[in-house]
Amino acid sequence: MPTPRTSTRPITSEPTMAEMSYLQAISDGLRHEMRRDKRVVVMGEDVGVYGGAFKVTLGFQEEFGPWRVLDMPLSETAILAGASGAALMGLRPVAEMQFADFVSCGWDHLVTVAAKQRWRAGTPVPIVLRLPSGGGFSGGPFHSQNPESSFAHIPGLKCVCPATPEDAKGLITAAIEDPNPVLFFEHKHLYRRIKGEVPEERYVTPIGKARLHQEGDDVSVITWGAMVYTAEEAARLVDASVEILDLRTIMPWDREAVLESVRKTSKVLVLHEDTRTGGFGGEIAATIAEEAFEDLDAPVRRLAAPDCPVPFSPVLEKAYIPQVDDVVTTLKELIEY
Amino acid sequence: MRAVATARVAEPTGSLEDVRESGLDREDLLQIYRNMLTTRGVEERGHILYRQGKIPGSFYTGRGNEAAAVGVAMAMGPDDVGAPLHRDMGVHITRGVEPWRIFAQYMGRADGPARGRDGNVHMADLRLGLLSMVSHLPAMLPVAVGCALAFRIREERRVAVAWSGEGAMARGDAHEGMNLAGVRRLPVVFICDNNQWAYSTPTHLEYAVEHLADRAQAYGFDGVVVDGTDVLAVYREAKRAIEKAREGGGPTLIECQTLRMEGHAVHDDAFYVPKELFERWAERDPIERYRAWLRDHGTLDDETEEEITAGVKRLLGEALERAEASPLPDPSTLLEGVYADPEDLDTPHHK
Repeated sequence: MPTPRTSTRPITSEPTMAEMSYLQAISDGLRHEMRRDKRVVVMGEDVGVYGGAFKVTLGFQEEFGPWRVLDMPLSETAILAGASGAALMGLRPVAEMQFADFVSCGWDHLVTVAAKQRWRAGTPVPIVLRLPSGGGFSGGPFHSQNPESSFAHIPGLKCVCPATPEDAKGLITAAIEDPNPVLFFEHKHLYRRIKGEVPEERYVTPIGKARLHQEGDDVSVITWGAMVYTAEEAARLVDASVEILDLRTIMPWDREAVLESVRKTSKVLVLHEDTRTGGFGGEIAATIAEEAFEDLDAPVRRLAAPDCPVPFSPVLEKAYIPQVDDVVTTLKELIEY
Repeated sequence: MRAVATARVAEPTGSLEDVRESGLDREDLLQIYRNMLTTRGVEERGHILYRQGKIPGSFYTGRGNEAAAVGVAMAMGPDDVGAPLHRDMGVHITRGVEPWRIFAQYMGRADGPARGRDGNVHMADLRLGLLSMVSHLPAMLPVAVGCALAFRIREERRVAVAWSGEGAMARGDAHEGMNLAGVRRLPVVFICDNNQWAYSTPTHLEYAVEHLADRAQAYGFDGVVVDGTDVLAVYREAKRAIEKAREGGGPTLIECQTLRMEGHAVHDDAFYVPKELFERWAERDPIERYRAWLRDHGTLDDETEEEITAGVKRLLGEALERAEASPLPDPSTLLEGVYADPEDLDTPHHK
């Protein structure tokens, strides 16, 4: 059952809320964990003195010192493998790739060592990898990618893609608590654009549970990350009741919530910013076809970036990333089917 | 133009007094011998098992590397950790992995350290301070650096030992790991097993420096070249480097020079290695060399030698029997542990 509220925080008393941007919420969650657990360390390029390329760890080094907030050499493999080694020795490292794109340099470690270590050698690797991802601001082919589907394909890794400030904080906490390597895809285009009420205290948002972003009866949009907002805008422009399900995490992913929504509306659009072929949307569409075929009143539709690198020029990037208009068109086709 | 050699070339084993000064008593010296014999014995019997068709997949040995592996492992402290490779069976033996579990590992049985999920030397017992290797060499080298980072952050007097072959020293992992270790002056010792052949590729096609240990200077720490067939020289250099790291003196890169006395794996007859090279290095067989030293220095009399040889033979015979009795892994457990549960972190090292 997808829950409109997101967290498992105690409900004994009303939480104190504060307005935070998506970026501030990540920062707040991370700071909370570092204050309560000295095993948590941050390591990455420019995360210390500079506070991170996007300032998520601004002020952290002053508070926690240079051996808990480690400015690392430009060495993605050393950052990731170093985090894993430290985790095997009992720390809870939170490593940062300056941009999610650079995780390709650390692919080998994540996929070869970290993902398989628990299953193969019985030794869990509790690391978190923060990955500023996504496009929308002319970052070009190397500062705009959404590589989550590639990692969701690797058994042993978890992939988290929050869309709201509340989930960003609750999921960074969950990721640090989790005994597995967790890839935390934080969408750069949401960092300062999206603000929301966030509980000030610590809470954990469970990994693997979807969030019902908007309830509707006629058609379901299954999505995550920045596309949640694209779907929301599009939903306002169509004459139908649109349900938006924010998966929040794609490995593990909430199959039950997806199937429940599909059974209710009978029409479904799977929407993501990553490229289409081999994108995680394919897995979702296949599961719907296998498990809810009889409930469908229209073919499952997918909307994703085309199979092409992320372009630089704004006009090209607009043609690349799924836009509100594209979603509106597809929703209308589904409604009229 | 070849680069200028900067690494120190270690002296061979000195007098008995020198050896005693490095902290080894008679029992230690005999234990080293026992460990080297056990190491070779495990691999020889493994080879027989392979020919009998009892080992699936491929089979790798470290013949010729017994002194390098045992010498380094003897120098490690009980709380130190290491990430040895496929030529370093001597490290597992020295740290106390029971041979029957190694045979079970070879045969893909449930009692092997990897419980049939991974094969050959891809095994380790973290309770004994060892990290399990992977095929992508030297992927565990920067992981060992990460262990050292944890020791440094917590200000513990522990050291990590990271292995690489000379072939894998060409990989970026080696560079990134050693650079980070140098920058942060981490308590880690790098061991390069230079056995002269990366599968069929000779050293002149692998690197252009005189010694791989010369690279240490570029990372801001010391490099040492040692004869990897001289177990006491290896021990002395490893001990010195490990204790230096423990005292905050930063990393050392030790290059142990050996020859891989067999093929890359048992399917490979190593036709590309000149016969004369094998003959020359066979004269420096690490076990034979050490045995001669022990006898020359009055540490190994006939009775003791017989006792050790018989003890190793008995140990391995019993180990084989026990391993063959070990059950095959249950296919219904295949999916267990792909993801860890919180209670999996309830271990001495994760706490």
